[in-house]
Amino acid sequence: MNPAALSANLADVRPGATLIVNSGAFTPANLAKAGYAANPLDDDSLAGYRLLAVDMSGLTATALACCGLGRKETERCKNYFALGMMLCLYGQTPEREIESIRARFGERDPRAAEANVIALRAGYGHAEASEWWAEVPHVSPAQLPPGTYRSLTGNQAIALGCVAAAQRAGLPLFLGSYPITPATEILHELAALKHLDVTTFQAEDEIGGICAAIGAAWGGVLALTTTSGPGMSLKAEALGLAVMLELPLVVVNVQRAGPSTGLPTKVEQSDLLQAIHGRHGECPLPVIAARSPADGFDCALEAFRIAVKYMTPVILLSDGGIANAAEPWRIPTVSDLHGPEVRFHTTTADFAPYARNAELARPWVRPGTPGLEHRIGGLEKDFLSGNISHVPANHQRMVETRAAKVDGVAREIPPTRVDGAADAALLMLTWGGTWGAATQARAAAEAAGKAVAHVHLRHLNPLPPDLGDILQRHRTVLVPELNLGQLSLLLRERYLREVVPLCKVQGRPFMVEEILHRILELA
Amino acid sequence: MNPAIEHPLTRKDFESDQAVRWCPGCGDHALLNQIQKLLPTLGIPREDFAFVSGIGCASRFPYYLDTYGMHAIHGRAPAIASGLKLARPELSVWVVTGDGDALAIGGNHFIHALRRNVGIRIVLLNNRIYGLTKGQASPTTELGEHTKSTPLGNVDRPFDPVALALGAGATFVARALDTDLARLGEVLRRAALHPGTAFVEVLQNCNMFADGSYRALTDRATRDEARIVLEHGRPLVFGAARDKGIRLRGLQAEVVAIGPEGAREDELLVHDERADGGALGFLLAQLAAPGFPVPLGVFRAVELPSCEARHAGLVAAAQARHGRGDLQTLLAGGNSWEIG
Ligand SMILES: Cc1ncc(C[n+]2csc(CCOP(=O)(O)OP(=O)(O)O)c2C)c(N)n1
Ligand code: SF4
Repeated sequence: MNPAALSANLADVRPGATLIVNSGAFTPANLAKAGYAANPLDDDSLAGYRLLAVDMSGLTATALACCGLGRKETERCKNYFALGMMLCLYGQTPEREIESIRARFGERDPRAAEANVIALRAGYGHAEASEWWAEVPHVSPAQLPPGTYRSLTGNQAIALGCVAAAQRAGLPLFLGSYPITPATEILHELAALKHLDVTTFQAEDEIGGICAAIGAAWGGVLALTTTSGPGMSLKAEALGLAVMLELPLVVVNVQRAGPSTGLPTKVEQSDLLQAIHGRHGECPLPVIAARSPADGFDCALEAFRIAVKYMTPVILLSDGGIANAAEPWRIPTVSDLHGPEVRFHTTTADFAPYARNAELARPWVRPGTPGLEHRIGGLEKDFLSGNISHVPANHQRMVETRAAKVDGVAREIPPTRVDGAADAALLMLTWGGTWGAATQARAAAEAAGKAVAHVHLRHLNPLPPDLGDILQRHRTVLVPELNLGQLSLLLRERYLREVVPLCKVQGRPFMVEEILHRILELA
Repeated sequence: MNPAIEHPLTRKDFESDQAVRWCPGCGDHALLNQIQKLLPTLGIPREDFAFVSGIGCASRFPYYLDTYGMHAIHGRAPAIASGLKLARPELSVWVVTGDGDALAIGGNHFIHALRRNVGIRIVLLNNRIYGLTKGQASPTTELGEHTKSTPLGNVDRPFDPVALALGAGATFVARALDTDLARLGEVLRRAALHPGTAFVEVLQNCNMFADGSYRALTDRATRDEARIVLEHGRPLVFGAARDKGIRLRGLQAEVVAIGPEGAREDELLVHDERADGGALGFLLAQLAAPGFPVPLGVFRAVELPSCEARHAGLVAAAQARHGRGDLQTLLAGGNSWEIG
């Protein structure tokens, strides 16, 4: 940490914890910028912590003395020095990181690559050789099932999941999108994959993005649009059109703190009700949410499976935390991946554009198919022919059918998994990116002797069919969310059941302690 | 065997079973007739046409045509059509729109489709009024015009759709008149065959809410003086006796009489659809009443690579570099490790 990082983050550090600071950055100018009157490394203000002050700037400069770099370039390498120290503390070897440095900078700037490698090795060596090395707690590598792993951010995972869905379906992938933090990297990732039959269309705005995707979906490819809150608001009318047209479409909303421009780079889960209800008219569509970066991959595949099988737009919720965080991901074998099953309708006999199958899905007909020319549109249509219909009973039937179709997606949801003590009086119910903190809080509560059951929801609309029964089994239901209680509101409405919301809207994820604290009060 | 050769398509093949709901006398009928006449002659199978529209009287168009069609939402048809064309470059994709649909709510999609040169055909039925919502001012309503939303006169200056399209970099821009059927048909034929975005403005009379907007151009008594037909490579001549022309003085156009007392024909401005840049087209688009005849015909027709062609080029280059791409390799990434 430098002075600015110390002042911003100290409140989140537990007393007695280890602080690693770059003492070389604690210059009078940096101290003044961070609002420190006196150098906190010199007085008692950090007495409650184990302080490791390392002159990372100076040591990096020494290590790089022979490289002949300028002062600025040398200064830039200190992050790799710090990373080297951390790799050592986390019981990792530096080799993998070195490979990745060379892959990242190697071709473009071999001098920078080598300087960063030297800095990384120097940091690693410094930590290994230092006397405090033995004193600080070490973190051993996570216990993961055997396999080949890579690191993946949430945005990368969603991008890869969409490509996997398209490849498994044997169709091209089309993304219509307009850049917006924190969703933009999905566009970046996919734009580089043209050779894998991916078309990216950077539209003039978010409306253009979803509309182009609707056009592509009509054309018979797997279509996607990606955005964050403000863009989601702009897409609302076109989403209604997609519901009416009954075409498969995946809409990814990487949520950020709102309303309006809000805190664009900060995390929040406050678009849940918008996803489920945020359109005019009776306009239901399936909503699922990723729980972690790697989960984005499976969710993207599932979103496309549902979209194609039920001929419907599907909203996939991620968030700013998931989008940018990286996680080890076990690389799957392609033949194990379950992609959407696509069957374009081509037979002319008895063709009706809005005839439905057992799932209430209508046929997917590509323009260009001889003999099936027909019109679709946003006006209410006849139950079978799809022609405009103003017949009152027909409208009621269509509204109810579209609702029943989306409700039917519940049959795709596996039995709900309950983690922890299934018979505990307290149930914790979470969705989206709060999964990680909630899981750790449950483990900590168990370690403290408190029984708690934990259910995490991927499917938000429709909800799992067995959720009502599960809610019956527990005296208290705790619902931690990064909003003012949106899932709580849905649960009360659906199950007429009181729940205990735990709400946080600070643009930051939950700390494990915050959830644990509430569990211990309730359990 | 090509079914088009087995059973040659006729205009009947393009008539849908839906009753046409436009007011009798509405100029929209003329476009439908011309399109139904044109499509069977293009050598394109019926199933390869897709018509997309927004909302408005004009936008009801796809319902009446027996091709693939989508009646979408207000102003968004160019974006939907762009997505369809990029996904399915082999289709003949058309947008039918109105002046409110294309230039007000959909202005952004309209100019960006033209900028990208996506291979879609955009036909704008310009009646200078919102017809479907019963008579409010549109972005092409003239200054001072009285409409339901401007009872004391319109204070907003209108767009000229042709000038706007040229400003957006359109590669094919034309204007036709709903009552001038032969030329409307000819302009549409050329639009149908243009490789990039083709834009056609159809001056369309709404006899319900803006009747007579183009009376000077259509009335037998006035029309020859009020309009000028653009012909590539020919001097700009007009008038019943073809005795007037357009001459350039500096960057200003002027109307001159042709003859021993007036100008010689070789002094007149010669139309060039393929002129570099949009300047000539833009100058012609400025010609308007009063003072000038209104140009009809093709303002600009240049061939530049379409958006989908450029995209196909990128795909080919990427596949030449990386091969066709393998999902397993993609998922593996460049930096993995084993846990045993
Ligand atoms: C989002 C939205 N806003 C407003 C409307 C109402 N509306 C329907 S058509 C129209 C104007 C149509 O005018 P124009 O495009 O000139 O077509 P015309 O009816 O004259 O052919 C309006 C304002 C709508 N359908 N959707
Ligand atoms: S209101 Fe005007 S534009 Fe609409 S159908 Fe009638 S005449 Fe045509």
